[in-house]
Amino acid sequence: METILTVNHLTKKFGYLTAVKDLSFTIEKGNVYGILGPNGSGKSTTLGIILNVVNRTSGEFSWFDGSTTTHDALKKVGAIIERPNFYPYMDAIQNLRLVCKIKDVPETKIQEKLELVGLWDRRNSKFKTYSLGMKQRMAIASALLNDPEILILDEPTNGLDPQGIHQIREIIKTIANQGTTILLASHLLDEVEKVCSHVIILRKGENLYSGPVDSMLASHGFFELRSTDLDQLQTLLEKSASFGKIEVFNGTLTAYLKEEMDAESLNKMLFEKGIILSHLVKRKESLEEQFLTLTKNQ
Amino acid sequence: MLRLLQIEFIKLWNNRASKVLIISYFVLLTSIALIAAIKFDIGPVEFHLADQGIFNFPYIWHFNTFVTALFKLFLAIVIVSMMSNEYSNKTIKQNLIDGLSKKEFITSKVLTVISFALISTIFVFVVSMILGLAYSDYNEMSIIFSDLEFLPAFFIKLVGFFSFCLFLGILVKRSAFALGFLILWTIFEQVVFGLLGWKVMSWEAAKAVKRFFPLESMSNLIKEPFTRLSAVQNIGQQIGEDMKFDYHVYWYEFFIVIIWTAIFIYLSYALLKKRDL
Repeated sequence: METILTVNHLTKKFGYLTAVKDLSFTIEKGNVYGILGPNGSGKSTTLGIILNVVNRTSGEFSWFDGSTTTHDALKKVGAIIERPNFYPYMDAIQNLRLVCKIKDVPETKIQEKLELVGLWDRRNSKFKTYSLGMKQRMAIASALLNDPEILILDEPTNGLDPQGIHQIREIIKTIANQGTTILLASHLLDEVEKVCSHVIILRKGENLYSGPVDSMLASHGFFELRSTDLDQLQTLLEKSASFGKIEVFNGTLTAYLKEEMDAESLNKMLFEKGIILSHLVKRKESLEEQFLTLTKNQ
Repeated sequence: MLRLLQIEFIKLWNNRASKVLIISYFVLLTSIALIAAIKFDIGPVEFHLADQGIFNFPYIWHFNTFVTALFKLFLAIVIVSMMSNEYSNKTIKQNLIDGLSKKEFITSKVLTVISFALISTIFVFVVSMILGLAYSDYNEMSIIFSDLEFLPAFFIKLVGFFSFCLFLGILVKRSAFALGFLILWTIFEQVVFGLLGWKVMSWEAAKAVKRFFPLESMSNLIKEPFTRLSAVQNIGQQIGEDMKFDYHVYWYEFFIVIIWTAIFIYLSYALLKKRDL
């Protein structure tokens, strides 16, 4: 698989504070990555370093197997960091023309990208007259101008209203479906869960986990069960070697699996034992639960 | 190189304040021709400034480069704000993320500074040439094209001054404060000169040291031209004052300003490279 970005033992210190500590990960082409972590965990600093605006203290990173210099590589990258920064006195077209000049790409894509984010009608308004949501969409249009190999988004929905958040997510999904690699930093877990296939979890600048979302925890998921005779169900399941912890809450029994088992065979087994279920769901822990477990363990 | 200039041009030309200042600057440069129209008619006393020899070749090269250099403050404002606005709008960060290297960023600013200085020099050359041809008492080729060293001096003076402004813009990051700092620095040079002459060394030695100060070395390139006027010289002779005055431009004066320019550009780059954005 083609590697887009390799980060090796990256460290950044701001005086006494270590914002990023010995961080290593790789980004492969075609995946959607999420960088997760609470506020102040070093997400933005990491992105700042790979985007050449923050100086690293030690460690290395290389774009596209190190075949180009960082600033040439950045011409093939689309990135939005924190707040959208454009020249307030220029309109959308003028600002995007400037970006085209910097990225050294023709100006032919401006209309297409502004239409994609729904700003073509406002193309002649000055940037300072835009709402935050529009500014953020404008930033996405700008990041897409060069049809980037990878799109880097840092908290893209921060500070937006629900409608704005929805619009941005739809745009991200559209872009992800086109096969663009995406690196999304966020502290909103459901956001990452909805779009990402891989995650990198940071806490206090340290890498807690990096890999596919599915194999984040060695967990086989859990069943949510309801039946008229809950007590009998509970005793039965406690005897089974397949189950670990069993909880009863609000008339629902939650049984955590110790080994792989599908819902069908559980249903069959219980039915043969004379227990009829009124509710059966097999679930995996949500990213939030997994994240909290992971950060708690360390 | 053209790409970097175009980038800077888009940024400057779409900013209304910069556009107005740049246009006013060049209008003012042209308006030096209006001096020719200064005429007093008070009864028997008739005074026409253009007849006093200020537009005579080669004196006009000295006079016009000196006077137009006073207008450089207009462009100084444009340059300081074009640099500090990149910080206050955080667009410098976006520029770098979009794939401009820090070196290219500084280069684009320096190229703009050089273009400003070059266009100003050409402007002054053309305006002076026209004024001279219209009013000069001497029109021989050899006289017209003597003392031309004032033009390169003018160019170097502007490049040096604008590089200083550029550096202040990066250092202070706020245009108003950077301009304040510029004024403060002007006073600071004079205070240091005063202290040196008063306490540390002789006034002669202090004057020699002063020539190495950045702003002083720039203004020293083109010395004031008024005492060179024949009218003024005449008055001087009448009151018995010897006004012998060395107005030439020397190579070492060029050298000092060029060194300062290099220092300011390098410091701007070093500062940008070191800072986290």
